[in-house]
Amino acid sequence: MYHIALKMLIGDRAKYIMLIGGLTFAALLMTQQSAVFFGLLSWTTSHLRNMRAAIWVVDAKVEQVNEVKAMRDTDVSRVRSVTGVAWAVPLQAAILQSKLSDGNFKPIMIIGLDSTTLVGRPSRMIAGRLEDVRLPNSVIIDDLAVQRLSVGRPRPLQVGDTFEINDKEARIVGICKADRHFFGYPYVFTTYDQALQFSPKSRKMLSMVLAEPAPGWTAERAARQIEKETGFSQARGTGLRAFTEDEFFWSTIWWYFRNTGIPASFGTTILLGFFVGIAVCGQTFYSFVLENLKHLGALKAMGASNGLLSRMLMLQALTVGVIGYGIGVGLTVLFGLLVIGKGMPPFLMPWQLPVATFGVILVICVVAALLGIRKVWTLEPAVVFRG
Amino acid sequence: MTNGNNSNGNGHPLAVHVRRVTKTFGHGDAATHALKGVDFDARLGEMLLIVGPSGCGKTTLLSVIAGTLEFDGGEIDVFDTSLHGLRPRAVTEFRKRNVGFIFQQFNLIPTLNLIENVSVPLIINGIGRRAAEKKAAALLDELGLEGRGQDTPLNLSGGQQQRVAIARALVHEPRLIICDEPTSALDKETGTHIMELLRKVARKPDRCVIVVTHDNRIFKYADRMTEMEDGRVQRVHESFGHFEKRGDQ
Repeated sequence: MYHIALKMLIGDRAKYIMLIGGLTFAALLMTQQSAVFFGLLSWTTSHLRNMRAAIWVVDAKVEQVNEVKAMRDTDVSRVRSVTGVAWAVPLQAAILQSKLSDGNFKPIMIIGLDSTTLVGRPSRMIAGRLEDVRLPNSVIIDDLAVQRLSVGRPRPLQVGDTFEINDKEARIVGICKADRHFFGYPYVFTTYDQALQFSPKSRKMLSMVLAEPAPGWTAERAARQIEKETGFSQARGTGLRAFTEDEFFWSTIWWYFRNTGIPASFGTTILLGFFVGIAVCGQTFYSFVLENLKHLGALKAMGASNGLLSRMLMLQALTVGVIGYGIGVGLTVLFGLLVIGKGMPPFLMPWQLPVATFGVILVICVVAALLGIRKVWTLEPAVVFRG
Repeated sequence: MTNGNNSNGNGHPLAVHVRRVTKTFGHGDAATHALKGVDFDARLGEMLLIVGPSGCGKTTLLSVIAGTLEFDGGEIDVFDTSLHGLRPRAVTEFRKRNVGFIFQQFNLIPTLNLIENVSVPLIINGIGRRAAEKKAAALLDELGLEGRGQDTPLNLSGGQQQRVAIARALVHEPRLIICDEPTSALDKETGTHIMELLRKVARKPDRCVIVVTHDNRIFKYADRMTEMEDGRVQRVHESFGHFEKRGDQ
């Protein structure tokens, strides 16, 4: 009877297309908006991927990776002295102004790395040599910087070119790939000392300390030890706060959940997709069942059981669900392919996302089918004898 | 309850035996007593007409005999099986094997072709799709619809659609054929053809055909005719129409 169920479904072209359209829209809206949301969230933690370190030590009041509360230079030594820490290096992260050829200014994210070890260095170089960043006034820029800072030049910036950071000349010795930052600022890597030269002077200049646990210590245990030995207290704002990479990631994500309207905004759109799916699919499928009630009644009179008719309706609902889901997710992937090269808008689709969307689409289809199944179960087969 | 070797006085075994059956729709002041203690018999090998004015309860009687509607009181035995007290699932099983339906509005599924429409009762009875469609195609040929098996019902005239409905009612060889106003949606000539066809292909010694109608043009095709009025059987015309003309056929 299942092929008959499918022919009944496909035969009603208008409702078939309407059902698939509704589910496609729901799947597209939920997956695409979620992917943009995840992409945006991934931007908030770009520091963690662009400067890999096992332990991130920050000011006691810092809650997320994009928040810089400057520390004293001596704090590097405090971290180095903690039991369970193999090594610790300073990191400078600051937003500075760079001057374009046409006279305009663009903000950049300057990252000052420990000049000896270059810990926190970019992992993917496109051009130039990483080691050259130790040369005077040298910087490595990311590909976004090439795009942003080349405005007004006859050709894009390349290795050997110079530009101004905070009225000081910077020479490009390398171009790297870096994950885009939440604020959209291009990354400019240099050594810690040179970063201090580019930055305006202030009493405290150290942004973070990157550390590695000693052999036999886990990052988590070493982080707790740093907090213990530096007298960390978030309430009093004393000592140093230490995060493992994973802790800092989630602390950052939850900070954006708590302190921005981004999750609520995207969540509303995603919920809208769900409810539109329920409404369109439920109503259309219910109307499909109502229109076929005489036929379903005839099948029931001929001996089709409630169970068989229910399975037929479930198959119909799931069929449009799978097709709608496939098209919706396919369009999302297409969208992703189109935007990923451009870098805007943010887009990240982990495998869990299409799986979750599939689950939600199944829920929509089951709800829609249950509306029809309820009608069929209460249907007297004698209805076929009434005009 | 079973009737064992129920038969009428003429030795024709009973197919349907109905006693004191009542059915009420609604409650209180809004209650409608559709059947008020109906006594009724239908025999194997006959085509029986149930006639009467609109609202007299003939379709309700047909529905309870077919097992598509529960009745409130009394007894109904169909082929020695009492429908009273049977679980709904058992009634459905019984109906699936023993009852074929011909409806006033044909009730063919418009998105299926004729072969698929006719094969539905076989598939419901667990016959494989290929075998069911083969048998359905053969029956359509027998009923004068050769080469039309792939058409959809919408491409057929009313008479042709009713032929398909007859094929669908007969394809699984049920012993009871229930026809609800089979000619009321057809013109006189087509209605006559349909009744002749029904008499020819549906009526068999081991089968009972019950037709509800108020189309007096088809009375002549009945072996017997039961007249209903106000929820009761008023009269039974024995040896009616063809039955009278063709002896014990």
